[in-house]
Amino acid sequence: MSGISQQPAEPWKPNLQVDIGGLTLRNPVMPASGTFGYGEEYAELVELGKIGAIVTKGLSLKPKTGNPTPRIAETPAGMLNAVGLQNVGIDCFVRDKLPFLRSVDTPVIANFFGNTLEEYGEVAKKLSDVPEVAAAELNISCPNVKQGGIVFGTDPRAASEVISLVRKNYSKPLIVKLTPNITDITVVARAAVEAGADALSCINTLTGMSIDVRSRSPRLANVTGGLSGPAIRPVAVRMVYQVAQAVSVPIIGIGGIVEVEDAIEFLIAGATAVQVGSANFVNPGTMGHLVDGLEAFCIEEKIRDIRELIGSLRI
Amino acid sequence: MKDIQTTVVENQEISSGYFRMKILAPEFGRMVKPGQFVMVKVRQLNDPFLRRPFCVFRIGFLPPESDGLPPREYLELVFKVVGRGTEILATLKTGDRIAILGPLGNGFDLDSIGEDLLLVAGGIGVAPLYMLGEACAKKKKVRLLLGGRTRDDILAVTDFERLGIETYVSTDDGTLGEKGLVTEVLAQTLADGAPSAVAVCGPMAMISVVQTICRKQQVPLQVSLEALMACGVGACLGCMVKGAGHSEAEPRLLTVCKNGPVFRDVDIDWAQFA
Repeated sequence: MSGISQQPAEPWKPNLQVDIGGLTLRNPVMPASGTFGYGEEYAELVELGKIGAIVTKGLSLKPKTGNPTPRIAETPAGMLNAVGLQNVGIDCFVRDKLPFLRSVDTPVIANFFGNTLEEYGEVAKKLSDVPEVAAAELNISCPNVKQGGIVFGTDPRAASEVISLVRKNYSKPLIVKLTPNITDITVVARAAVEAGADALSCINTLTGMSIDVRSRSPRLANVTGGLSGPAIRPVAVRMVYQVAQAVSVPIIGIGGIVEVEDAIEFLIAGATAVQVGSANFVNPGTMGHLVDGLEAFCIEEKIRDIRELIGSLRI
Repeated sequence: MKDIQTTVVENQEISSGYFRMKILAPEFGRMVKPGQFVMVKVRQLNDPFLRRPFCVFRIGFLPPESDGLPPREYLELVFKVVGRGTEILATLKTGDRIAILGPLGNGFDLDSIGEDLLLVAGGIGVAPLYMLGEACAKKKKVRLLLGGRTRDDILAVTDFERLGIETYVSTDDGTLGEKGLVTEVLAQTLADGAPSAVAVCGPMAMISVVQTICRKQQVPLQVSLEALMACGVGACLGCMVKGAGHSEAEPRLLTVCKNGPVFRDVDIDWAQFA
């Protein structure tokens, strides 16, 4: 035996922790609102303590029954939905759904919306009284309802008005979810940050439509719906990139993430975290797989801290 | 509930456009209740994107291998080629990879069935009824009314007969069994004496007629519904049906995937299907 012993390389783990407008997450992976129910739906299949956060179905002041069926239609590498924000309402959420979420050691982000400006304000007030809700995600971008949602998200002045009101009523981290159904997403992104958004989620679904050619009828009862899935990923990556150039708050990238490379693409484009949407429906193991994959990628690329990837695009 | 990557044991066309597929499914035997379903990913690509729901037709065991390992469990699906997903499913061969998530949904309520069960199936609607028949055949009187447009739509008759279930076949064109609608056979059967329970699966138009007949005769009915769905676990809210007494003021919305796919007819608002 020679006197020189080879020291095994010190095992190391990259830091996956990120900060979203004051909310610290153990890793940047979370579900997109509306694809993960209230968390408990997937408790048997997903290790909830492993993901960065749980994002709830969009909550409103009163329960909402949503749109008539058919509400979903499969499309090439994706799906259309027009669920219409069906939800149990904020009070029922706090009474019936929170107790389960309390038992999980993962921050809860409550997604919410209003039918009117006043309702947005009231839901924000109610959420600020719930200690278990770590952050709120304000939906001003749902394409499937007449009131609320997208009406506020396509006009920078309306967006500014609703965000300012919510900001007054809600002091914890406030994320604003933006719509891609607009000519220049950076206009609303800037308005949102000026009005007090701590972070931005990009993007909600793209408005789409599909027709059954035999019956000549739309495949969705709502006629149009929101497109999600891998089909929209390049559009989403482009918009995250544009928004990252325009504002300095953290961005949550959303749009067709299935594989770990997809999530990394969003980080490089400028996202601090990512949300997994319709892929949860297809493979409930997706988010756990992404967390493992991000760690493996960092080790492979000798990246000590995942934040090194954020906005690291080389042109 | 499990999400597994597994393999196809066998895939056979049993009638024009209808297939029976055996899929290796360890431990599913003790998990699956009659009437439950699985979500199947027909291939590991993004297109087609979504899983498809299929009722579990039957659970079985492969003959033991010479290696002395215990017999391997499989689940069997019966499906009809209706679109792109099932077209791909039809091409799968022994040894091909497939992903299944399940068992999902509630299944039939066996406790309320009584001593005399009548199964009513329209075409591929036979799929969820075999396991129910199997669970009941030993202790109860079980009969099956099996209807289809033509003889090609009549599936799995010998499987039911092997359980000792009396099977009455009818086709709209008379190419097999009695000529006429299965609902006419049902009306006749009930007129001769009501069973303690009816379980039905098939096209919605047929289910609606079965419901009307059973309501009139006051026979307890369980229905297995089909719906478009993305997740199968109650998250996507794609497969909502209105429950009995639903109104905007007092919503009673049910998911076919989780509150169903089996419902007591009295729990459903039938006007929505009219």
